[in-house]
Amino acid sequence: MTIAPDKPAIYRGTRIPSPIPTVLQVDPSLRVDDDILQVNFGPNHPSTHGVLRLIVDLDGESVVGLEAVIGYLHTGFEKNMEHKTWWKAITYPGRIDYLSFQNNELVFVLAIEKLLGLETPPKASWMRMLLCELNRIHSHLVWLATAALELGAISMFWYCFRERERILDLFELCCGTRMHTRYFQAGGLAEDIPRGFFPECRAFVGRMPGAVDEYETIIDRNAIWLERTKGLGLLSAADAIALGQSGPVLRASGVDWDLRKAEPYLAYDEVEFRVPVYYNGDVYDRYRVHMDEMRESTRIVDQALDRLEQMQGDPWIVDDRRVVLPPRHELHTSMESLIHHFKIVTEGYRVPEGEVYTVVESSRGELGCYVVSSGGPKPWRVKFRAPSLVALEATATCMSDALVADLIAIVGSLDTVMGEVDR
Amino acid sequence: MTYEGVPGLVETKEGYGETTLIVDPARLREACFYLRDEEGFNFLSDVTAADYLGWPQTKEAVAGYKGSAAGRNINSPGSWGLARLPEPRPSRFCMNYHLLAVPAGTRVRVQAWVEDGDPVQSVVNVWPTADWHEREAFDMMGIPFEGHPNLRRILMDDDWEGHPLRKDYPIGGEPVRFSGDE
Repeated sequence: MTIAPDKPAIYRGTRIPSPIPTVLQVDPSLRVDDDILQVNFGPNHPSTHGVLRLIVDLDGESVVGLEAVIGYLHTGFEKNMEHKTWWKAITYPGRIDYLSFQNNELVFVLAIEKLLGLETPPKASWMRMLLCELNRIHSHLVWLATAALELGAISMFWYCFRERERILDLFELCCGTRMHTRYFQAGGLAEDIPRGFFPECRAFVGRMPGAVDEYETIIDRNAIWLERTKGLGLLSAADAIALGQSGPVLRASGVDWDLRKAEPYLAYDEVEFRVPVYYNGDVYDRYRVHMDEMRESTRIVDQALDRLEQMQGDPWIVDDRRVVLPPRHELHTSMESLIHHFKIVTEGYRVPEGEVYTVVESSRGELGCYVVSSGGPKPWRVKFRAPSLVALEATATCMSDALVADLIAIVGSLDTVMGEVDR
Repeated sequence: MTYEGVPGLVETKEGYGETTLIVDPARLREACFYLRDEEGFNFLSDVTAADYLGWPQTKEAVAGYKGSAAGRNINSPGSWGLARLPEPRPSRFCMNYHLLAVPAGTRVRVQAWVEDGDPVQSVVNVWPTADWHEREAFDMMGIPFEGHPNLRRILMDDDWEGHPLRKDYPIGGEPVRFSGDE
């Protein structure tokens, strides 16, 4: 494990509950002497990030037992995708994690491209990277806004949503919709980058570092915020790895692991950025990782803009008529193009038989996609490795010595999106 | 990298730059312990169950998908022809474990093939994160895990009938919960 040698362990041994790693069971001796009160949090409590239900056992104010119940938002994405052509199934992943939609789209599109053996043009890779980083900022802003809101810092919500709105405007400018953009096609992008995108995006990049400073001014020396985040929800590096944690939660526990560095995809090996790592494994460090990542993502967007501005006029999608829709203008003059268009839209394209597992670093961590193709026009099996689902598994471990008021901060710091947990 | 020392190893496959180890389901846990302790795969990324009922080789019809080598069946709307028949699969269900070694960065996929109703050894005591992944595989595909401490449904209701991701479970196939007879 990549932990700096001079850092002491967050705690000794393991705190993963036994025998069920995700359920904190009440110590039977407590039941004899004390009044244990069982309380239901959710599924409709506003601070449970959607529809999470926590069954909490309380001894006075301290949490002595906890079980998470999920599934209230199960919509059967994976089943539905088996019944759609590859081309149409790209619409679904973005809905799974509705805050980090570009990353979800990307992981599925990368899986199709891996099976097809498609090489995307550089412009498409750079644009995908740019959008994924904007998306990461977007997702972190929503996290910061809601996590702070839950602890009573209402003003954070307005500040964060101000910048979030600008990012959504950029998505709308480029992709036509604000969320669930479906801008990534197998082979590249759905459309060329519009001319007005670059100055608007530059303006945003110029503004964002100042905005992060502003958030820190509001919250970083706020006594209530510090009191309610420092030293809470501890998770050691060894426990985090055993529980499959990834993304900001893992990096806040002192593990220097980021798929953008470890297994570079798109053009991540050509840009400069730093992976923030913190060593205390508490709620505050998770907050620090999110803040630093917003700054680093802004840097990546800036570098991607420089590169993309030199690529104007380049192709944005691979020229392979078996997979890619023909350009719109050809449909009026070319019979073959019309046939290709009709075939791809109605029947879809066929993807060679095989199974692949692609991973990307989404806003929440390691997002995986396992795809099986039988050689037909529809996926045989699609499975998403949802980082949110895995993050929720750590709730019981993080909850030792927690008070009921800390519960909200701890669950919030794991940054889960229930759409992705339940799929 | 070779994995010849993995207990119960049946076959090693390479495809799309990924390594797949097919292991004997009876020695799955042993193989997982070996991979964790000897090969450094300390991170379980994902557990997926896949159902191969109606895989084109068998020429059985599956809702919404009918494949045949000869091409489209004109008597069966919605069918597509395949360029060739895919490789046959040894049994109906496949358990996939995607492992990762941190910080070495190597990945490997462990597969165990089982028939309907065959118990699969739980790996919760190898990687605690398998808890919910296995519950999901049980809920969605009906794989009974042996030695799981808390094997209950996770995404569907506790009293749900059937396993929705199986190929013989129709899309939109919810039972009518309150009919006139009740």
